[in-house]
Amino acid sequence: MNRVQSLFCLLTISLLFAAGAMAQGQLESAPPLPSGMTGSNAGDPRFKLTPGIYDAGESAMGLKHIALYKKPDAFQLGTTDTASSKIQGALGSLGIGDSSKIPAPMQLVLAQLAFANSDIAFQGNHLFQGNFYGMNIYDISDPAKAKLLTTLVCPGGQGDPSVYKNLLFMSVEMPNGRLDCGTQAFPAPEPGAHGPAPQKDRFRGVRIFDISDIKNPKQVAAIQTCRGSHTHTLVVDPNDKENVYIYVSGTSFVRPGEELAGCSGGTPDKDPNTALFRIDVIKVPVSAPDKATIVSSPRIFMDSRTGVVNGLNNGGSHSTDGITKPSDTDQCHDITVYSAIGLAAGACSGNGIILDIKDPANPKRVDAVNDSNYAYWHSAAFSNDGKKVVFTDEWGGGMGARCRANDPNKWGADAIFNLKDNKLSFASYYKLPAAQGDSENCVAHNGSLIPIPGRDIKVQAWYQGGVSVMDFTDPNNVVEIANFDRGPIDPNTLILGGSWSAYWYNGHIYSSEIARGLDVFDLVPTEQLTQNEIDAAKTVWVSELNVQNQQRIVWPNKLAVAKAYLDQLERSKGLAPERVATIRQAIAKAETSKKKKEFKELKSQSASLQTDASSSSDSARVSALAEVLKNAVL
Amino acid sequence: MLRNVSGPRRAFLAACGLVLFSAVAASAQVIVQPGAPGQPSKVLPASTRAQLTPRSTKDIEFMQGMIMHHAQAVEMVALMPGRVEKEDLRLLGARISQSQADEMNFMKRWLMARGEPTEMKMEHMSHDDMDDMDMSQHMLMPGMLSAKQMEALKKSKGAEFDRLFLAGMIQHHGGALTMVKDLFDTAGAGQDAQLFNFATDVDSGQRAEIKIMQKMLGEKP
Repeated sequence: MNRVQSLFCLLTISLLFAAGAMAQGQLESAPPLPSGMTGSNAGDPRFKLTPGIYDAGESAMGLKHIALYKKPDAFQLGTTDTASSKIQGALGSLGIGDSSKIPAPMQLVLAQLAFANSDIAFQGNHLFQGNFYGMNIYDISDPAKAKLLTTLVCPGGQGDPSVYKNLLFMSVEMPNGRLDCGTQAFPAPEPGAHGPAPQKDRFRGVRIFDISDIKNPKQVAAIQTCRGSHTHTLVVDPNDKENVYIYVSGTSFVRPGEELAGCSGGTPDKDPNTALFRIDVIKVPVSAPDKATIVSSPRIFMDSRTGVVNGLNNGGSHSTDGITKPSDTDQCHDITVYSAIGLAAGACSGNGIILDIKDPANPKRVDAVNDSNYAYWHSAAFSNDGKKVVFTDEWGGGMGARCRANDPNKWGADAIFNLKDNKLSFASYYKLPAAQGDSENCVAHNGSLIPIPGRDIKVQAWYQGGVSVMDFTDPNNVVEIANFDRGPIDPNTLILGGSWSAYWYNGHIYSSEIARGLDVFDLVPTEQLTQNEIDAAKTVWVSELNVQNQQRIVWPNKLAVAKAYLDQLERSKGLAPERVATIRQAIAKAETSKKKKEFKELKSQSASLQTDASSSSDSARVSALAEVLKNAVL
Repeated sequence: MLRNVSGPRRAFLAACGLVLFSAVAASAQVIVQPGAPGQPSKVLPASTRAQLTPRSTKDIEFMQGMIMHHAQAVEMVALMPGRVEKEDLRLLGARISQSQADEMNFMKRWLMARGEPTEMKMEHMSHDDMDDMDMSQHMLMPGMLSAKQMEALKKSKGAEFDRLFLAGMIQHHGGALTMVKDLFDTAGAGQDAQLFNFATDVDSGQRAEIKIMQKMLGEKP
């Protein structure tokens, strides 16, 4: 064996060691399912899909995969990590100076979250896909042939986007973020040196870009915050057209005052100005975004009786024995605002909370809940009528395999709460029913409502658990109605990947795949969802979508919507079969003839449906159907 | 069509196709790097590739230390069968064990992928708990239970075990918070995306568990 051969062996062995043995040998084995708990179903076809980055096995029900747009090369690791002298050395000895020749599996292991895709936002024909390294902007005029328009290089994670008119907002939280979007981060000091090093060029907060020229976004403002911005929420005040607001949720460490004046992270008893226990509110003048500034830092965890700012903890009540002192909920992870009802739902580490946001700069907490099965309150979404809230628990932070058959299905799950008179009450849990493998990061993550009239349906991302569509119309009996999943990226090593966000936008489902790129899906009919219901969802069209700024869905009086209600009434037996048949016929006549007389007939049917409603077991849907038919259009 | 085209012409056509294709690709997509606020953006070449942020020795020490730290939590939960009294504590223990075992795997993967050992060199370890230790024991990371404390836990049962477990795990988790603070207080550390995310999750996750345990401890008569 010559020198090169033996070096090659060495390299192969070290790579095998890194990529393969990592998952076996020395690793901890999964603990058993705790007794009294139920795990996910290992009999589901999604449990045993073949692995691969771009050629993994796939399984789909009720969803048709239309396209995958691979993450662009500019966001793929091109140079090796120079600090990793062993790998670099081994590659160098082999004459592999060009680090693009690092074996693909190794690149994946090294890259992972550094260039991970994150959340998505939409405007017109444009899709904005956040990334820890920047942002990608796609033209989705034809979702089956989307075009990448702009890759915006600007690291700092997570890169969560929101878009409003010509303004694009982006969250930055990591210490490598720079004001000038530089990729070089900040140098490590000499070995052994300790203590914080303030950096005036560091940026952690919310960036604002002007996207008037979509191919040349310009940074117009960068609003620094003490904890950076893990996520943010666009808030539009219905009474103020001049300004928009950004709620900033920071979850990581507080930087020192030497770096950003006024920042400190002490306990509230000793440090009344602590950057913990608050959110920040940025006011953005729409015509002068460079003037954007923090206008308030609401103490939304305050105990209104005592005035202490750390008034919430997930244990429910404070202990009274005087020995223990609860350390309290000090951050929100994500806030979803629903301005149409004047409320926001906050997922705030140890608690789920409801805020009154009628005065957007001064949100006030009106309720808070906790749950013993919840590890980390992560995100929230209202039902369209505002009577339910779906919270998620991001147990393990999204980097762990937490949907295995031995992981309880109450942990890392959705929790559905009823909301009445601003008070939350628990109804049930929903977790991805299919078990996932040891090398698939999986837990409840981001989703949006699908505008199917008469039902509460949400599409949701579960990382490498895939995409799951669930029906939570009955909050006590949540069921999965569609799904898509791929096998793990690697069979042995957990390589971070999967769906970060899965959102419905104007007729299609878009999923931000952390490692692979951007997926597009269509809903297809199943026993639990008809073509008419899908068509009805497609009647709803919006010009912008920032999911955390929830908009009320309003359906047009189209016949497609009426047909969806009829299918549902047939399913629920809320209307006699002969009545369903009669109305279907009347609708079909109106559709083909397009004549006024047929629409008049529908109006008279509407009147008799109002009578049916009073005796129906499904009166709300019968009334909704009657309402559409009263003034129906094609 | 190309099947009938002879050698050189075919190569020429293919080359043209390639030129055309790249021209289209270039005009379709731009790579832009914005400047500081108010500054113009610059267009980067199509050959631009992503680069990892530098890693500091503190990052490595943090991961190695946290593996040791987590291992003790798993060890403590393993003592539960036959000793623990309260059902909610048993379930919490199971969740801690499940979480920390999984996180240890994550940390090992992170280190191995970077060619670093998963165990720490002795000189980096904390000497704070020296007095408490017998010579055969490894040195401890912040918050870890001393050999004496572990022995007391092993010997206890029922309500006494529950109390010692809760007090011990609160102390243990508190040490993780110290380690995270120490990491982010170090210049140049914590810039690796996975490490940043992991450390932040450890901080919020263990903070939440501390709250739960404090409440459980408070409820004891």
